[in-house]
Amino acid sequence: MNDAEMREKVLGILAELAPEVDVHALKPAVRLRDQLDLDSMDFLNFLIGIDEQLGVDIPEADYPKLPTLDAIYSYLQQRLSQAGARPSS
Amino acid sequence: MAEFRMPVLGADMKAGELVAWLKQPGEPVQKGEVIAEVETDKAVVEIESMYTGVVEKLLIEKGDKVPVGTPLALIQTEGPEEAPPVSRVEPPPERRARPAGRPPPAPAAAGRLRVSPVAQKLADEKAVDLSKVSGSGPGGRIMVQDVEAAIAAAAATPAAAPAAAPAGRSLRMRQSIAAAMSRSHREIPHFYVESVIDLSRAIAWLSEQNARRPVAQRLIYGALLVKAAAVALEKTPELNAVWAEDHVELKPAVHVGVAVALPGGGLVAPAIHDTDKLPLDELMTRFRDLVRRARAGRLRSSELTDPTITVTSLGEAGAESVFGLIYPPQVALVGFGRLTERPWAVEGRVEVRKVIHASLAGDHRALDGYRGGVYLAELDRLLQEPESL
Repeated sequence: MNDAEMREKVLGILAELAPEVDVHALKPAVRLRDQLDLDSMDFLNFLIGIDEQLGVDIPEADYPKLPTLDAIYSYLQQRLSQAGARPSS
Repeated sequence: MAEFRMPVLGADMKAGELVAWLKQPGEPVQKGEVIAEVETDKAVVEIESMYTGVVEKLLIEKGDKVPVGTPLALIQTEGPEEAPPVSRVEPPPERRARPAGRPPPAPAAAGRLRVSPVAQKLADEKAVDLSKVSGSGPGGRIMVQDVEAAIAAAAATPAAAPAAAPAGRSLRMRQSIAAAMSRSHREIPHFYVESVIDLSRAIAWLSEQNARRPVAQRLIYGALLVKAAAVALEKTPELNAVWAEDHVELKPAVHVGVAVALPGGGLVAPAIHDTDKLPLDELMTRFRDLVRRARAGRLRSSELTDPTITVTSLGEAGAESVFGLIYPPQVALVGFGRLTERPWAVEGRVEVRKVIHASLAGDHRALDGYRGGVYLAELDRLLQEPESL
């Protein structure tokens, strides 16, 4: 999966959670919770979507690392590249 | 033969529109099985059958909007005829004046608003008041072209159109909430008690649990609060009750209604059935499912009629405390505010703790402040032992 596909999947998951919002108009450097009316249930559903669609299970300890779209993209790039580099068993 | 009637799906509901029949004449139906979809001012609701039997006849058509209590279908029941269950949501005051046990009169054909679903959808989108639209379809049914004509007429006289009128659905949602909350404020003598609860231990326990779980099985602290709010009722069962005219009726089962904010504004508070009996994992699963379906407008009738107490949490919206209005005929509402870190005196030392403001709104006709205080103390005690929940 390339970077553009990953970003599109992230936006697709957000679009399901907030269908009233044009997710492509979100500002990547601004806190998501300042742009979307997300509560903790929505955020958990977002993470479940990431796990289901990208195969990345984000531990709770890493939640503070994900305040913006830019931060989420960066985090996922790192996790996906680590997974790609890991020898398959 | 039993009459399956339009149920009361909220204290404020006066009518519902049939969106779809999910059973046809000749098909068997079980009690509790979804038989139809009905649109209220708040959502499309899956209506569960109150009877087991065979569908004999459908009495209204898709698109028909009829008052609560109107017979929708005839069901050939098995064995002795079942008595119709008593609605667990008290009807609005004007309907309560009717003699008990008698259905409301069937609506006059002229009084029925017959609207095609496509026309209704367009009217909702364009905020068209259908009561002012003449229907050109069979029996005066309002068709999409009638709504389009009304829109065109309104556009021709822009000065008459209200500025920034909300969309039809959100306007009706607001009106529905206005009716229920006005009634609550008018009829219920509220009292409030509040406690600040140290949640440090509960949050630490949840973090420990979540660290061991895959993301799909993690818990949010809101689920813990709902479970604690339900279990605490064992000590003060009089809070799990409804007010019926002039006396309180205790409810044997605990069905917590959880307030869910909806996209575009408004809220619903559907029930998580038997909340106090559910293991926390199961409660979390149902909570997630309920929020998802509430926001998608896919709730079931029993979820709207069965709540015995409501829990609302506005902490994530930024409020430190919540002092809500009770949803009639319930007699209590539990409110949670924001989780914050505060200096907290512990055995002569000051420590930083994660705390939350918990409030109880009580109906003073049904209970007293003292019992509200006992309830909050029990809630606090339970949240200090999260593993017991």
